[in-house]
Amino acid sequence: MTDQIEYEVVVGLEVHAQLLTQTKLFCGDSISFGAEPNTHVSPITLGHPGTLPKINRKAIEFAVKMGLACHCDIEKQNYFARKNYFYPDLPKGYQVTQHTTPVCKGGFIKIRTGNTEKKIRLNRIHLEEDAGKSLHDVDPQNTCIDYNRAGTPLIEIVSEPEIRSGEEAFAFLTEIRKLVRYLEICDGNMEEGSLRCDANVSVRKKGDTALGTKVEVKNLNSIRHVKKAIESESKRLIDILEQGGIVVQQTRSFDADTGMTFATRDKEDADDYRYFPEPDLTPFHLKDDFIEKILHSIPALPEERIKRYTSELQLSEYDAAVLTEEKAFSDYFEKIVATGPPSPTGEARPDDPVGRGSGVRLPKAAANWMLGPVRSWLNENNKEINSFPISPVQLAALIELVNSGQLSFSAAATKLFSQLLANPSKDPGQIAFEQNLIQESDALVLARLVDKVLATHADKVIAYKNGKKGLLSLFVGEVMKLSKGNADPSMTTELLSEKLKS
Amino acid sequence: MEVNDALVDKLAHLARLQFNEEEKQEIRSDLQRMIAFVEKLNELDLEGVSPLLHMTDEVNVLREDELKGTVSREEALKNAPLHDGQFFKVPKVIKK
Repeated sequence: MTDQIEYEVVVGLEVHAQLLTQTKLFCGDSISFGAEPNTHVSPITLGHPGTLPKINRKAIEFAVKMGLACHCDIEKQNYFARKNYFYPDLPKGYQVTQHTTPVCKGGFIKIRTGNTEKKIRLNRIHLEEDAGKSLHDVDPQNTCIDYNRAGTPLIEIVSEPEIRSGEEAFAFLTEIRKLVRYLEICDGNMEEGSLRCDANVSVRKKGDTALGTKVEVKNLNSIRHVKKAIESESKRLIDILEQGGIVVQQTRSFDADTGMTFATRDKEDADDYRYFPEPDLTPFHLKDDFIEKILHSIPALPEERIKRYTSELQLSEYDAAVLTEEKAFSDYFEKIVATGPPSPTGEARPDDPVGRGSGVRLPKAAANWMLGPVRSWLNENNKEINSFPISPVQLAALIELVNSGQLSFSAAATKLFSQLLANPSKDPGQIAFEQNLIQESDALVLARLVDKVLATHADKVIAYKNGKKGLLSLFVGEVMKLSKGNADPSMTTELLSEKLKS
Repeated sequence: MEVNDALVDKLAHLARLQFNEEEKQEIRSDLQRMIAFVEKLNELDLEGVSPLLHMTDEVNVLREDELKGTVSREEALKNAPLHDGQFFKVPKVIKK
């Protein structure tokens, strides 16, 4: 037996995010997905001679926004370069990219795996244009080209090789997806290709400082695939080293069916892209006030929200994390909470009178509603929170009905909630009243019912007084029946035992 | 700088061009002369002079994010050597 050598997996990710502009990076063609082939093209997109591209201001804004959210340094003196290579889906014979002066440098993204938090440093974020699409299976003789996507603005986010496992890569991408969606600069849809990822994978002996020969894995169209591909690829590389082999620098593609990668191109000689400054575009310089303005437009990001939810609103780490997965969902939750008093910490609140002590504070109750009934409704109906019919103010009113004891949670979750979904413009209190859902918590009403039950079951009352204490539940049941299920069970029990004492 | 066959071959490959022997010799001497012409600049002391990247002093010529300038598919395909009214067609890129 030989000594077991320990290996370390080293991964750097290149993530391309399609920006949510209306139009392309250098001309006014639409970038919307799914249009008929070659209907979003102009002479600029097609690279006709004599055409002059012009930079989309919004694309610059979005790139800077992402950079600020990732703690990057923003480059103020920018220009684009041409990356020269031939491929039919690249109409000009070069891609315009910020290769030489990335608009964002450095920075980091915090990830969490298990209970460990780790900063993955970024190398850069830069702007570039997308290529068109080649279709190889439409025509047996030719490759078909659709240039709709050509010129779509992308940012490329390049991490340092600091990712050490498929799991960390998963967390990193999840975080990027969440960020671009919070910033509303990319829809984060990996299936439609608006978020794409290439992984540079290498392995080395633990303790080595030099990087091993890397393999670039492409065609990763879901976050799960990225994790799987890194796991299977690093295992393949370790097996090669274990058997005394040498890793060849390659481009490989991931096959989702087998969960394995396969070689698509050997990279023996380095590509020669002959970058040079794009003469057709002016440089763009960023001023402090422009950057400042973008900084102020950035909404509270998940990390900040989680902090606030766990400290100020006293929610659990888990609840806070799930609530903040999507910005719109988190915003909705905050709108419910905002209907309550502004600072819930340590103060008595109308919805949390000290006497109740049952923990029905508004934020906690709102979180439960969001993560319970609301989320299941969204899942069942395959909808986003933006198309949820009930407004935050109404849901807050419904929660208040429960918190104040007028409505039981189960009546609210089963009956009132669905009534409200069907009549989203109605007042929840009104519906509860009309549907006779209000709990008979009023002591006088309840007392009347209790008296009535005790009077009609005089024999049982005697039996109870003689020691058959189990009859109490029968009395409770009778009161519930009389109230058509609206009586508050704990209050009923309390009142009954009180009366039966005398 | 010496322009040798290897360099001519490399540039020809990058530009997707093919030369016969005769053309190659011609290109080689052309290139040699062009590079020698530009190498004249090496006689200048350019210490501290930043490279001229753009021909004008204009910066920040930007456009707003507005739909504009798209042509019809018919027009777009007009100059294509091969198309089917929907796609541009090129020789098969991937061999099966």
